[in-house]
Order: sequence, then structure tokens, then C-alpha cells
Amino acid sequence: MGRTLAEKVWDDHVVRRAEGEPDLLFIDLHLLHEVTSPQAFDGLRQAGRRVRRLDLTIATEDHNTPTLDIDKPIADPVSRAQLETLRKNCAEFGVRLHPLGDVEQGVVHVVGPQLGLTQPGTTVVCGDSHTSTHGAFGALAFGIGTSQVEHVLATQTLPMARPKTMAITIDGELPDGVTAKDLILAIIARIGTGGGQGYILEYRGSAIEKLSMEARMTICNMSIEAGARAGMIAPDETTFDYLKGRDHAPQGEDWDAAVAYWKTLRTDDDAVFDAEVVIEAAELAPFVTWGTNPGQGAPLSANVPDPASYEDASERNAAEKALEYMGLTAGQPLREIDVDTVFVGSCTNGRIEDLRNAAAILDGRKVADGVRMLVVPGSVRVALQAVEEGLDKVFTAAGAEWRHAGCSMCLGMNPDQLAPGERSASTSNRNFEGRQGKGGRTHLVSPQVAAATAVLGHLASPADLSDARTPAGV
Amino acid sequence: MEAFTAHTGRAVPLRRSNVDTDQIIPAHWLKKVTRDGFEDGLFEAWRKDENFVLNRPERKGATVLVAGPDFGTGSSREHAVWALQNYGFKTVISSRFADIFRGNSLKNGLLTVVLDQKVVDALWELTEADPTAEITVDLESRQVRAEGITADFELDENARWRLLNGLDDISLTLQNEADIATYEVARPTFKPRTINA
Repeated sequence: MGRTLAEKVWDDHVVRRAEGEPDLLFIDLHLLHEVTSPQAFDGLRQAGRRVRRLDLTIATEDHNTPTLDIDKPIADPVSRAQLETLRKNCAEFGVRLHPLGDVEQGVVHVVGPQLGLTQPGTTVVCGDSHTSTHGAFGALAFGIGTSQVEHVLATQTLPMARPKTMAITIDGELPDGVTAKDLILAIIARIGTGGGQGYILEYRGSAIEKLSMEARMTICNMSIEAGARAGMIAPDETTFDYLKGRDHAPQGEDWDAAVAYWKTLRTDDDAVFDAEVVIEAAELAPFVTWGTNPGQGAPLSANVPDPASYEDASERNAAEKALEYMGLTAGQPLREIDVDTVFVGSCTNGRIEDLRNAAAILDGRKVADGVRMLVVPGSVRVALQAVEEGLDKVFTAAGAEWRHAGCSMCLGMNPDQLAPGERSASTSNRNFEGRQGKGGRTHLVSPQVAAATAVLGHLASPADLSDARTPAGV
Repeated sequence: MEAFTAHTGRAVPLRRSNVDTDQIIPAHWLKKVTRDGFEDGLFEAWRKDENFVLNRPERKGATVLVAGPDFGTGSSREHAVWALQNYGFKTVISSRFADIFRGNSLKNGLLTVVLDQKVVDALWELTEADPTAEITVDLESRQVRAEGITADFELDENARWRLLNGLDDISLTLQNEADIATYEVARPTFKPRTINA
């Protein structure tokens, strides 16, 4: 019987398989950042262990880093201490580090792919749940906890039980104005925050094949929000084109050997998935969340749902609590929800195409009075590219704030936070209570919806912007 | 890791689904670089409400958390497990756990027990009606027992063996050093390296 993409990559990394034990998997790439690594390095020190494969390990700083005044000492002493701990640990153990101020610094899941380190058929881990992002390349990429970070540092392997596989097939054409973000939010709303639990998802079908690498990363990134262990997309010419020439992409004969291998990384026609979900691309529309988990979303044209409409008691209860926290009323049109903050950035939507998409809508328009808009590039490289294209000027001319790279308001570990009661339209990945700041309220949206929302001051899609643009320079 | 064989204690019934790890321990606590001292951050936002179940005097000293489905979703932060343990919880019962949280908990000796929602409902009713009611979680017999309730639970034999013996994963893996070395030798040269040789 044939094998799925996930099974092929898994099988190629089994170091040891024994009855009654989890498989021992080899890890090709280990990404580190300041938040989930200090206790792991402490563990190594206590046991007198070293990092087994420094050549498969790389660190950057992202969660705590400020997005303003990065040339000055970090104001928050606790954040500063955590970054200093990472620097000390990397120096002591010999790990390659891209700290704040370095040209390769940025959100860890933006940095790996842009360096060409994330490649098809590799296993990638990081102490961060959004490691699923790297699955866009046909890599098997898992978010792990700190104990596992220590395990990989010490052994370059992880014992893991093989997850089941789920095919999510999206055929057809995405309608105009519908993006990868809308697609993944619709998928999560359909299968639920626990729907992918125990599974590796494979996104496939003609709508997926047409997507750029960056759009594929947006989709795989949010696999974890459906509870999945990982999300993958089979590599193809789009993948190879993206990788070719990048710093760490194979070269010469290695490139040819790699591509030959990568081309085998497709689910066989006779392979069987443990579960299948089919979605028609043509039926999708711009999608936003109204609740406090990423599964609580709806098309922008819909109304806030009535909790009483849920048959399941637990879902009803969750919807009631969500509406109370979000300060929303059942039946209220989603388009009438006013926001005071718009955030464009994160490992979900902080890459160059995301910034281009938001800038294209803001060009010649103004952010509405009373709305604060933050644009935070996913990495220094993304920022430099945006500046080269003049996108930073488009954002600042519209009245948005152009910031330095980092995780920023996605999780508010740095000073970029919502105040209690503030409401954001955010291109990030989690609308949990307090995620963007204590008492803050988050609506997850695409970069296009974020930009249109910034202009109108309420949740909106670009199609709602019927007004003529102010000619540039006026 | 501390071994887990069986535990008996009073419970905190948490009638919420989708308790994500941001609720268990908010992000600003993640700046700490130790594995301890997270107890005051546990459910920090909800504890501001004096009626929140954890704040009630009769729940003081409880060690068994009985939560709604999809417990531990979201961020991979192991700090969520440490916060629960630092606070005093020994075990968490739910009908469904997020994968990463479950893996993290079992690596730290916090036993996560999956029971049918009907049993969780019964445990909620029992412990809400009588806060002194005790729940026993027995890993040796893979059984949860409380007044009028007996329920078997599943846990794969390998995870159970490691928990019962408090075994350290890294030491176990390093026993297979020869297998790792053999695998490394056979890896293709086109695989990426972070440090160019």
C-alpha cells in the first residue's frame, strides 16, 4: 500500500523502532529562541551534557524584543535578562545566534525559511507551537516543550508516537479577495480547535497548489489552532523556486540530488488517510473571528452567532463566555464591530507578501481617526525588502506605525499590547482572552481585512472601500 | 522526573472548555528562566474574580484538576505544566487534551487522565456538591475512583512505565547512542546545516 507524504518523511527519520516504544526520530533542524530554551540549557549544564549537533541548531531573539528604540538597552529588566540568558547560553554552548540588531534576526518561523534552512523532507522542531509553519515546504515540523528542547539539544532526536494523517483537500479557485488566512480560519471553524488533535494534516488540492510559499506558510502556521500535531503541503516547483539560491539551500550536485529526493515527497495515489475533509474554494469568503478561540469565526458578512443556537452544551457555554469577554451581542453584524487597534505582523502574516497586500490597500488612504495601526515585519530581512519597495512610506503616509521586527503584539511579551477593553483586528493567530494584553479583545483577520478595517474603523474587507483614494502626496 | 504511582486528593472542578495555555499561565510570566515560582501566575486573569473556583476557601489544598474538553490548547509553553505543579496539582482530568500540553505534562510527572465527558460530568457534580470528596488516580491499575464512580483510563504502556519509574527520557535515548551515530553517518549530504563547513 502507498504512503502519505507525512509517512514518507517520518519513515526517513526513524533512528530506532521497537515494539511497544515510540519511534526515535532524527531531527534535521532545531530552532531556538529566548523563551523556551533557558531551562533546557540549565538541564544540559546540570547533567554535564553538550549540544550534540551545533550544525543543526540555530537561535534568534523574537518574543521579547522591543519594536522601538532597539539601539537602546531594553527597558523591561526581565525581558532584558531573558535575552541576555540566551546570549550567554549560546556563547557557552557554541550555538549560532542572531540577536536583536543582527540582519538575520526576526521571528524564528520567518527566519528559518528565508535562510533556506527549512527544506522539503526535513524534520524541524522548535519550542514554539507555530513550528507547524515549516510544513509548507513538505517538512515535518513540530512545536515542542522545553523538556523536548533539552532532549533534542542533547541527542538530536525525539521519541514520538506516530500521529494519524488527515487530508484537507481544497479544490477550485479562491474567489477574489479571499486569502490563505481566510481559508485556514474557515478550516479551523469547520473542524474545531480539537479537530486535528492526534493528526498530521496534509493540505492538498488545486487551490493549495496555486498558492505561493508565503501563503502556504500562513496555512500550515495555524494547523496548531486546529489542534493538529503538524500541517504539511507537498513540495513542488513553487517550493523549489523559493529555495533555489538561498543561503543554506543545497548547491550544485547536492541541489540536483535534493530535488530528485524532494520530488518523491508526494502522497501516493493508493495511500489511505485516517480522515479526510473536503472544502470547496469557491464557497469561501473573507473570514474573521468573533470569539476567544480561533475556531470561533465566521464570514465577515455574517452576524455574531447566538449561543442558544449551539446544540452542544460545552460549545454553548464557550460561546456565552466568549461574547461576554468580547463585549459583543448575539445578532450584531460583524461589519459593525469597531476596533481601536490594527496589528499587521506575526509568524502567520508578517512576511513580505503580507506587507505588500496590506500596503496595496492603504496606498493613498488614511487610517481612521482613533485607530492605532502597527505594522511589524516578521524579520529584519522582510523589513529591508519592504523599505526597498517603499512599503514603509505607504504605511507611515497612511498614519500607521512602522516598527522593527519581532513577535510584538501577537502575544504582547514586549511593550506592544492592548489596554484592557481595547479591541484589535489582528493578522496574528490567537484570539485567546488576554493574549494581546490583559483584558484586550482580538479579532483574527487577513492582512487585507486588517488594512480595510484600519481605514474604516470597523471590521471590513477591501470590497467595502468604495471611496476614491487620495492621490499620493496630497 | 518524580515518579507517579497513585494519588488521592480533593478536586477543583473547572467547568470550562478550551482552556488554552495562555489562560493557564499568561505570556508575561514566560520571561522567568527557572522551572519554579509560577504558582501565582496560574489562571492569573481568572483569579482576579473572587468567585473563581480556585479562590474558594474550600478548594485550598486541592490537588486534582477536573477540566472541560480541549484542555491545554495553544502555545507549547511547558510553563503551563510547571505552573500547575508549582501550585500543587498532581493530576489533571479532561475528556480531551491538546497534544503538546499532554506530552509536556507526562515528561514532568503531571499525570493527564483522559476520561469520557460523562465521567467528567459525574466528577464535577460530585466535587461541586461535596468539596471534601476525594478522587483517586491510580496509574498502576489505570483507574480513577471516587464515591460512586469507578472509571478505567488508557495510557500507552511506554508512557506509563516511564511515569511509574520516574525515568528521564534523555538517559533512555542515550542508551541508543549507536543507533543515532549510525543514522548520522548515512544522512544525505544535501541536508541543511546551520554552520557551513
